[in-house]
Amino acid sequence: MAVLSDEIVVSSNMQAGRRRTSPFFDQGFRWASYGSALIVLAVLAGIIGTMIYGGWAAFREFGLGFVTSSIWNVGGEQFGAWVAITGTLTSALIALVIGVPISIGIAIFLTQLCPPWLRRPVSTVIELLAAVPSIIYGMWGLFVFAPLFANYVQIPLSTIVEGMPILGTVLYARVPSGVGMLTAGIILAIMIIPFIASITRDMLDQIPSILRESAYGVGCTTWEVVRHVLLPQAGVSIIGAVMLGLGRALGETMAVTFVIGNANRLSLSLFDPSSTIASRIANEFNEASGMHMSALLALGCILFVVTFIVLALARLLIARVKTP
Amino acid sequence: MSTIALNTSSAIGNAAAADTGAPVRIAVKNLNFYYGDFRSLKDISIDFYDRQVTALIGPSGCGKSTLLRTFNRIYSLYPEQRADGQILLDGQNVLSPSIDVNELRARVGMVFQKPTPFPMSIYDNIAFGIRLYEKLPKSELDGRVEEALRKAALWDEAKDKLRQSGMGLSGGQQQRLCIARTIAQRPEVILLDEPTSALDPISTGKIEELIEQLRSEFTIVIVTHNMQQAARISQFTAFMYLGELVEFGPTTRMFMNPTKKQTQDYITGRFG
Repeated sequence: MAVLSDEIVVSSNMQAGRRRTSPFFDQGFRWASYGSALIVLAVLAGIIGTMIYGGWAAFREFGLGFVTSSIWNVGGEQFGAWVAITGTLTSALIALVIGVPISIGIAIFLTQLCPPWLRRPVSTVIELLAAVPSIIYGMWGLFVFAPLFANYVQIPLSTIVEGMPILGTVLYARVPSGVGMLTAGIILAIMIIPFIASITRDMLDQIPSILRESAYGVGCTTWEVVRHVLLPQAGVSIIGAVMLGLGRALGETMAVTFVIGNANRLSLSLFDPSSTIASRIANEFNEASGMHMSALLALGCILFVVTFIVLALARLLIARVKTP
Repeated sequence: MSTIALNTSSAIGNAAAADTGAPVRIAVKNLNFYYGDFRSLKDISIDFYDRQVTALIGPSGCGKSTLLRTFNRIYSLYPEQRADGQILLDGQNVLSPSIDVNELRARVGMVFQKPTPFPMSIYDNIAFGIRLYEKLPKSELDGRVEEALRKAALWDEAKDKLRQSGMGLSGGQQQRLCIARTIAQRPEVILLDEPTSALDPISTGKIEELIEQLRSEFTIVIVTHNMQQAARISQFTAFMYLGELVEFGPTTRMFMNPTKKQTQDYITGRFG
């Protein structure tokens, strides 16, 4: 029915002098573009399907214990994802805690304070930062950052806090090797800064200059303008940007695998090695088979769900800003 | 063409007569303004009188908004813009580098072409500006907010939703909120940059009434594209063209009996 009426519209629009095109061409074009879009859905469905199918054995064997157990014993075929899940969430959280203030600071500098000649270079560098492959961050983190971090942060700090309550646990390095949860968080922060900073910059740029002028017009200092008018105005869009950064931090594999230390134990110390879902999969996939393989696929499922929830929340928030 | 002239002349006399004996509040002396290398104001000298409404009129690009934007130095947000000459506000040169621009902007309030409510509640939109410069107990602050809203003729419409966002108001209400925000700081001068250009005729009428009332307390400078509006609400009118002040005088004389041919041509709608 719809096809028929479309054809009528097409033929009535046809001008006398117009070169006749085959009616099949338009149909073909329509189906080709439909097809391209459907391929994406099919691939996504395929990925989810195979992961659930592959991970099913592990989910059935361990049940809810797969999520809550922190034992990951390849030889004994005992698998629990808790360490990897908390590792993923903690490293991403550290990345946000470090990265978000810096990103917002960069965006504010670029849009409000930066002299015009400096604006382009700084923006370009930030965009280049986003283009650096993650393996480079990983190598740099392991070979350059980690030794410096061990020498100048871990060792002195561990000596100071040793024996203190809370701090003596959280910031104490049993083996000050430089790699560990905090290192991974810092590297992740560097990786998500360009995303959050450039989206936030665009959001602040979109605020009409007249609003900014009126805020200065009531006698605000730059800080007051930014704090009370511009940031609230950009508001939820910045949260959307943060969520996108979080999505990236959750799934980042290569750089994290290099610097997190890949240990499977729960530790309260940020200086201790740990692992994330992505790093665990990257490390073990080569030699996995049977139940081990199934457990890794199930881990992948969990990561997929967590990332999906985060991105969906980001979309929702951004959509809510655009409606009113 | 003639209709415009007719409408304009019928509007004259609606506003109170100019008080030529009023003290000078702002004295502009040999003001030049530059956007980069472009000189957009040329040797402007003009006085603005205390508790009078002065309208700046002229075709687009004549420099009337630019002139307005020098009085609170809002132009200095843009590094490529600069001014030289003197603008004496109660004898103090506003352009002097030693002046505290934030304090100046609290003394010289400004309302823009479009309503610009801040992203906060109606109450906070007004309290925000007061809090910047005065530490008041809650009850006194409440009183100041109410007073400002009443003066801006918004109290009756807004009193039941003070905690709601200022964005929820209609365009005309938002603009009155912006005026309330400005007068809440008890400025000496209020600058209005085409305050009704984004509003419908009814909202425009309310704003014009409001300007007439505010004149008893504040010195008002208004930029307008609309000559009838200038004729309706101002006591003094300045006509600008291509960055120069062509003619300045009491509104009635400017519209009935302009001395310069350019002024007459513009007012009768022959160009602009």
